Amino acid sequence: MQKEAGKDGPPRTPVLTVKDVSYWYGAKRALDEVSFEVYPGRVTALLGPNGAGKTTLFSLITRLFDAPAGRIEICGRAASEWGAKALGPLGVVFQQPTLDLDLTVKQNLRYFSALRGLKRKEADERMLRALTNLDMAERIGERVRSLNGGHRRRVEIARSLLHSPKLLLLDEPTIGLDDPTRRAIVRHVHELARNDNIGVLWATHLFDEVQPDDDLLVINRGKIVARGLTKDVVAETGAKDLGGAFRLLIGGDTEEDIAA
Amino acid sequence: MNLMHYVRAFCGIVWRELLRFLQQRERFFAALVRPLIWLIIFAAGFRAALGISIIPPYQTYITYDVYITPGLLAMIQLFQGMQSSLSMVYDREMGSMRVLLTTPLPRWFLLVARLFGGVIVSLFQVYTFLLVAYFCGVELPHWGYLAALPTLILTGLMFGALGMLLSSTIKQLENFAGIMNFVIFPMFFASSALYPLWKMREGSLWLYYICLYNPFTWAVELIRFAFYLEINWQALGIVGGCTLLFLALSVWAYDPSFGIQQRKVGAAAAAG
Repeated sequence: MQKEAGKDGPPRTPVLTVKDVSYWYGAKRALDEVSFEVYPGRVTALLGPNGAGKTTLFSLITRLFDAPAGRIEICGRAASEWGAKALGPLGVVFQQPTLDLDLTVKQNLRYFSALRGLKRKEADERMLRALTNLDMAERIGERVRSLNGGHRRRVEIARSLLHSPKLLLLDEPTIGLDDPTRRAIVRHVHELARNDNIGVLWATHLFDEVQPDDDLLVINRGKIVARGLTKDVVAETGAKDLGGAFRLLIGGDTEEDIAA
Repeated sequence: MNLMHYVRAFCGIVWRELLRFLQQRERFFAALVRPLIWLIIFAAGFRAALGISIIPPYQTYITYDVYITPGLLAMIQLFQGMQSSLSMVYDREMGSMRVLLTTPLPRWFLLVARLFGGVIVSLFQVYTFLLVAYFCGVELPHWGYLAALPTLILTGLMFGALGMLLSSTIKQLENFAGIMNFVIFPMFFASSALYPLWKMREGSLWLYYICLYNPFTWAVELIRFAFYLEINWQALGIVGGCTLLFLALSVWAYDPSFGIQQRKVGAAAAAG
């Protein structure tokens, strides 16, 4: 298990360690010896173009399928050995919407709470708190089908926090949302990481969602091509901003290209 | 993870299935109308044309509508099993299946809980149908309504497990129509639901053997005997064995290490 020296304290244990993970779809290599850590209280941005391997990586971490090569540790324990229990500390917001459209917000969250073993009363308190923090408390009785995309995303984020996860995985959670909603979600997730000491892995292809002090992983064609503090990565490439650094690192693609 | 976690998760999964069912009233009416049409129209027509001789578990002559009732109950459960299969494919396409599969509980448990949700829905449909059938003149032994319950749970599990297995092999929602043509109707018609096996044997030997190897036949016979407070051990063995087999294959298919789902999720992930 790797540890990193905290700035003002003892070494911190990563909430997620991905070590030498590779994955193939037939003959096509989707991930090539990917290694990184996510630490509590930190947002780690996984930046890469479509098809870079971000969703494959998320599917492996969430055990939708197992990694044939390499090792994934969640809170210091190997996911493959820990089995389904490994998913306990995880909160996940998938790229694809996963709410049940025919149920209300409350019914969706109660269903998830039951899956996580929360008592009804405790679950109701937590869901109200999480929804209030995301300005969604007054929509609790509405069917998800009647909510717009931004509100559905907020409900999904609220849901992912109900069981107080130690690691929050967000796979392009702002896709298809308008700018103010995107910014609000980015701000909220950063506050969560800071205030609740949650480790966050945020997959995105949008530069403005990555903050200068975030840990950054740039992935391209299944390989991590750069890592470090965002501002350091930008400085090392000599680019003006993250967009410029990204173009240099992956070989010429623009934000429009990767968003396509 | 403790026992209460399992209990809460189980209740949550069953509760969600019931909620979804109650919100789809048209699904309930379709489930009820289909066997009623068979009972009221088809059986009424054949009552005069077909005589059912005394065969176990019957100890006297019975009317044709009494004969086909167990088959119609099995049909309701078969449709519910396939409906669950459709629902799983829908959940997979809509993404909500991921919420279930990323729950920190063993996958077999999650799938079994989901199966039970479907079985409870099917029992609701079955007993509503029996109530309507009773008022239409189909009277079965009174204790049979209770005695058949464990049997109906087992047959519901078998059809649910079959549906779950099929759902793991269906790539898209659109392919579900194929299930109707290649699973439901052949299973129903090539069974003892509509005609006794001995009559089938007189008509066509090869069809008789198909019926004999059709698990639906044994589900129907298990239900038929249960209503007369008897156990058809052969049927019980076959239905129990098929339930375990279908369930084991479903758990394998949804296993993250080597199941069919790995290839499906993988194909989607490769694009993202």
